[in-house]
Amino acid sequence: MKKTYIAPNIERNSAGNMNKYGAKSVVRHQDNIEGVPISQLVKDHGSPLIVLSEAQMRKRYRRLLDVMKMHYPKVELAWSYKTNYLGAVCNIFHQEGARAEVVSRMEYEMARRLGIEGKDIIFNGPGKSPQALRIAIQESALIHIDHLDELYMIEKLAREMDMVPQVAIRVNMDTGISPQWTRFGFNYENGEAYRTVQRLLSGKTMKLRGLHTHIGTFILDANAYYWAAKALLDLAQRIEQEHDVVLEYIDMGGGFASQNTLHAQYTPGEFASPSFDQYASAIGNAFNESSFVSKNVPTLILETGRALVDEAGSLISSVLGKKNLPTGERAIILDAGVNTAITAWWYKLKVLPTRSFPGAYQNTIFYGPLCMNIDVIRPAVPFPDLHFGDTVVISPTGAYNNTQWMQFIEYRPQILLITETGQVELLRESETLQDVIARERIPEHLSKI
Amino acid sequence: MDYSKLQNLAMNDNGFIFDPASGYSYTSNETGLYIMKLLAMGKDKDAICQQLMEDYEVSEDNFDSDFEHYMLMLEALGLVEF
Amino acid sequence: MAELRQNPDLSSLDITIAVTGLKTGDNPQPGVAVIRSIRAAGFTGRIIGLVYDSMESGIYLEDLVDEVYQMPYPSAGAEAFLARIEYISSKRKIDVIIPNLDAEVILYIRLQDELAKLGIKSYLPSEECFLLRDKTKLATYFPPRGILVPDTMLVSDVSQLISNKDNFPMMIKGRYYEAYKAHNFEEALKYFYEIESRWGLPIILQKLIYGEEYNIVIVGDGEGGVLGMVPQKKLVITDKGKGFGGVVIKNPELDEFAAKVISLFKWRGPCELEVMRGYDNQNYLIEINPRFPAWVRLAEGSGQNQPAAVVLKALGEELAALPPCKSGTLFIRHAEDIITDISVMGEVSAKSELIRR
Repeated sequence: MKKTYIAPNIERNSAGNMNKYGAKSVVRHQDNIEGVPISQLVKDHGSPLIVLSEAQMRKRYRRLLDVMKMHYPKVELAWSYKTNYLGAVCNIFHQEGARAEVVSRMEYEMARRLGIEGKDIIFNGPGKSPQALRIAIQESALIHIDHLDELYMIEKLAREMDMVPQVAIRVNMDTGISPQWTRFGFNYENGEAYRTVQRLLSGKTMKLRGLHTHIGTFILDANAYYWAAKALLDLAQRIEQEHDVVLEYIDMGGGFASQNTLHAQYTPGEFASPSFDQYASAIGNAFNESSFVSKNVPTLILETGRALVDEAGSLISSVLGKKNLPTGERAIILDAGVNTAITAWWYKLKVLPTRSFPGAYQNTIFYGPLCMNIDVIRPAVPFPDLHFGDTVVISPTGAYNNTQWMQFIEYRPQILLITETGQVELLRESETLQDVIARERIPEHLSKI
Repeated sequence: MDYSKLQNLAMNDNGFIFDPASGYSYTSNETGLYIMKLLAMGKDKDAICQQLMEDYEVSEDNFDSDFEHYMLMLEALGLVEF
Repeated sequence: MAELRQNPDLSSLDITIAVTGLKTGDNPQPGVAVIRSIRAAGFTGRIIGLVYDSMESGIYLEDLVDEVYQMPYPSAGAEAFLARIEYISSKRKIDVIIPNLDAEVILYIRLQDELAKLGIKSYLPSEECFLLRDKTKLATYFPPRGILVPDTMLVSDVSQLISNKDNFPMMIKGRYYEAYKAHNFEEALKYFYEIESRWGLPIILQKLIYGEEYNIVIVGDGEGGVLGMVPQKKLVITDKGKGFGGVVIKNPELDEFAAKVISLFKWRGPCELEVMRGYDNQNYLIEINPRFPAWVRLAEGSGQNQPAAVVLKALGEELAALPPCKSGTLFIRHAEDIITDISVMGEVSAKSELIRR
């Protein structure tokens, strides 16, 4: 019986590189996604391959809702389209009861295509065009106003259309975290938010239904939500007292962290990211302390996308080649790069082999196939010796990747869904040249070479 | 190619290698150690490849580039001289 | 009744205790001192050293640990950590773990259930409590509750340093380790990038308090009380700011301050308070380290064997408060060269483990 081969390796010992695991495994492998063997997926569908899990999405959605209801019962979730706007993904969350939360005309049209009525769409974002606003007003969508010019535009359109737009204003505040997202909405501490409400109500053209905030992204301090909720509820209280307007909902936005680990973060995500319960109890505490809440019981809306879908996504990628860097590190070139997994720029994504490997590990850096120096999927991690054709699973990659992905020099890969019953469904075909050039025109004089 | 330095190294079976001439120590994996011992015995690449393929589950193609790179590593560490 | 209080006797305990942080030297970790105190309580069972680096000097001490295993760095994540602990457990069942490094404590707290399944116990604070002492939280939690903390700012962008350019000198600190006095903006900028590269963001900018620094090693009982508390004044400070000599003091006002801190957030397990007695005659809470300090033998030497108490509490035993400490007890740190063969290093670096006996 021949022994298992591992590429020969030698390193000089010096203080600082003395952390190795010569003999024993520290890297586990993952050979299936929701019970479907990865080898089978690659054989049937090729590589690279984005795989989403329906069970994970539904499970996380229900858990978030359950946990939140334990702290405050009147809660609704809105699916944040920008996180993942594949129709199937949106519909999984819509089937669970989520509204649609969109931030552009494109996303608005996507939600309408799926049959979501205007009244169930929350229209956020700083860049709403007059055309988009007109449709949103027409269809009674909830428009969350970001700045004064938008407010003026809505007033103007309301008069023209003789309709009453349904609106909320977005508020930013100091919640003890940095960076503070002051560029969106109206500031709480300096009174801008309240003055905007006064201005809005005095115009008498629209109906103020709620207040909205979105304090940031990947918030690792659950307490920040306590301060944010408290600020919105205090503002709602003041609006009721001074204008006799009772708001129906408080939208706390999103920003819950997934289990990913930011590059600038030393502690891994599984130790640093708050649990749903920690977020829920922070928000719940602020709600349960508020006299506005005890009197009016507003609806609490959450728009958190990443924490629901990130862990539901994996990227399967194959080894195209390997290299040895002058630093002594091993480099692996994968067939998927930051064009497909753009969140690799923000997170230390988890890369796992898809079969068990015996023996030693070497610090291995994972590059994508792009001709760009910044195409790094994962900076060095200890990894077994891979060969051409071996596959790895990169996760969690369910959030923001197939919305922010780049066309750059490659066709986008297939996206699969593993259903709750373990069926494999195709959600998006891999692209061909036709997809890339379909809208292109070549003028007559350039049509021949 | 000069492999004489390899003969002076103290190698233990765990892959810990000590160079008494320089004071440096190294950690090598199983195959790395295997090759180094054969090199120290004066075997050439073909002989090493033959023997390795008898003991390990590996194709010549796969081994070839690994061997070349391993030699570069040894050279970079000053353990062999071209 | 103070005269009846006794130090724990571990002589009849036949268990395996794992301890981390065996590095000594210019920036010493607490592991070696913790082990010495446990042995001083009569413990003859097995002690395992969990190390990150094969050059941690405690590995090489002849009579310190029975076995050594290398651990993946906390930044490698839960999977790698658990896989390694499972492997070690399969070779040697661990009963108690005492983590001694700031960055690993949260991992032992969050993985308590998984560790319990392997029969591994520890005596640590709740996660909530642990987070309150985070350097980024101290200044929001304690001041409203009557404990002064120097004004603190979290910085994640250089522009925030610029807006503080008139406030220097200030303390600039990493989230886990490292604290420097930055005399001006340029120095702060240099430290900002250094700390960021090692410990990530945010970086903590703190108002400088002028006064006398005191350090207190405490074992909290998790209900607001303490099992033991030993305050010291550093007498020898290295150029890295480490105390290499100190003396146990008796200062009821300081004791009261420390007791109040612990009662406010109900710390369970070992910790070290850094307190600044300002020239304004106010006590300021500077930091709470979530583990024993490297100078913890001073506790044992002055009459309170705190590491031994932690072992018994981890095992779930009832324990009365430890005896009072004797003020005037002095420690002075002494470095010594260990002589051994390079094959010891070879064992650890090639096999990631070493069985000494």
